[in-house]
Amino acid sequence: MQPDIFQLRQRQSALFFVLLSGLTYGAILLTNYDVVQGLTAIPRAFVWATANFIPDDEAWQRLPRILDKLRETVLMAISSATVASALGLAVALLGATTTRPHPWFSPPARAIASVFRNIDVSAWALILLFSFGQSAITGYFALFFVTFGFIVRVMIETIDEIGTESVEALRATGAGYLAIITQSVIPACLPQLISWVLYMIETNIRSATLVGILTGTGIGFSFDLYYKSLNYSSASLVVLVIVVAVLLIEALSNAIRRAVL
Amino acid sequence: MALLQVEALTKRYGGETLALDNITFDVEPGEFVGIIGPSGAGKSTLLRCVNRLVDISSGDVRFDGVSVPTLRGAALRRQRTRIGMIFQHYNLVNRLSVIENVLHGRLGYKGTIQGILGLYTEEEKRDAARIIESLGLSEQMYKRCDQLSGGQKQRVGIARALVQQPKMLLCDEPIASLDPNAAKIIMDTLSDINRTTGITILVNLHQVDVALRYARRIIGINRGRLVYDGEPERLSNEQIYQIYGSEAGDLILDLRERYAA
Repeated sequence: MQPDIFQLRQRQSALFFVLLSGLTYGAILLTNYDVVQGLTAIPRAFVWATANFIPDDEAWQRLPRILDKLRETVLMAISSATVASALGLAVALLGATTTRPHPWFSPPARAIASVFRNIDVSAWALILLFSFGQSAITGYFALFFVTFGFIVRVMIETIDEIGTESVEALRATGAGYLAIITQSVIPACLPQLISWVLYMIETNIRSATLVGILTGTGIGFSFDLYYKSLNYSSASLVVLVIVVAVLLIEALSNAIRRAVL
Repeated sequence: MALLQVEALTKRYGGETLALDNITFDVEPGEFVGIIGPSGAGKSTLLRCVNRLVDISSGDVRFDGVSVPTLRGAALRRQRTRIGMIFQHYNLVNRLSVIENVLHGRLGYKGTIQGILGLYTEEEKRDAARIIESLGLSEQMYKRCDQLSGGQKQRVGIARALVQQPKMLLCDEPIASLDPNAAKIIMDTLSDINRTTGITILVNLHQVDVALRYARRIIGINRGRLVYDGEPERLSNEQIYQIYGSEAGDLILDLRERYAA
């Protein structure tokens, strides 16, 4: 006989909630977490944050220095994203089924892409700290590696999705490999490429802030410095500046995207 | 002397599947040959063996006295410039203009640098413009190809093949994605080109009626085997059954009688 599927589903969800509650209760016991105090602290946290979040005069005087650091971070995000994308496109061309010079090129290209992409940017920063110490180079390469892996991956897919047919046509005309790439594959994939590079610039600006805390450079370091010296109003100005910058860049790249696509 | 000689041509995919089985035929200069057969019979593979978009497993293909199976590099490219190809899905770069797509047909004659940069001579541009005009696309010359109808796109495909100044055109299901009106324009155009310029035409079709009407010679293929080679007038009902199998054959003959009546 067929088991009642609705009864089965009900029993599954009941089991799920029992398990979830059990795990939560276990975790509360293990960490000595006081549920009541935890919940009542939330309003107090808000009060404290608003009281300290509004930048004072002293903080506003630091604005030029903060903006200078922001400029450093934004430029690093853009340069790492664009250079890594150029290199990523080259590797994607070698790895894509449509454009690879030989089938052997694909597995290593995909493997390189997934290694660089799946290691998080903060993990890359930690690894690179050993080689380059606390410097801008560490942050640059951390952003560079992640962007590179990402672009290789998405461009392999884009090329295979968009380029296949025109590549076949140009091969049939007797065109050379490099001419096929520049005259057909790149023009066909350009909007997607630009869109992904813009996306990586946005992502990198956000990541660069975090990486800066680790590597002691850029606007992330400013935040870290003010925060650890208990200068909360300056630290909050840094946060506000970052939020405004991220929103501006996003608006700008959306405008470019609309124009290109 | 025959322009194209196909001798015992065999193509295996992955060592197992037999796509073409021991095919032999000659094509004289100026012929208009229709290749018919059900989907998956090997028609596309046959055309792609002629310009070596797919490699040949065994047998020989000679085009204009040159043996194709062992050609490599520059010699293969030179051979391909003399054979134009037209595709079911047009295989254009949709984001580029009509004239840019047509000029792609000249890339086979270019050196590496010229090809990469897409540098065309004034004479080539005039030639391309003249061909575009002769196919009735002068108003579309600078439009992007994604703004064209299917029939117009296919004419761009034909123009791209013609600027190669080929001796032969390979047409792979050129009207399979077109409505009857556009299909008629394309077939009339191919017929015109064949009559006025003497360019040899090999066209894959799955519409038997179209093949019988336009081609002056029919080659029938079933499961990779050549089962008919001769004039359209002599293609008997039994042979249509042999090419298409009994059920599809019934339908084709049914339609044929209705149109004849």
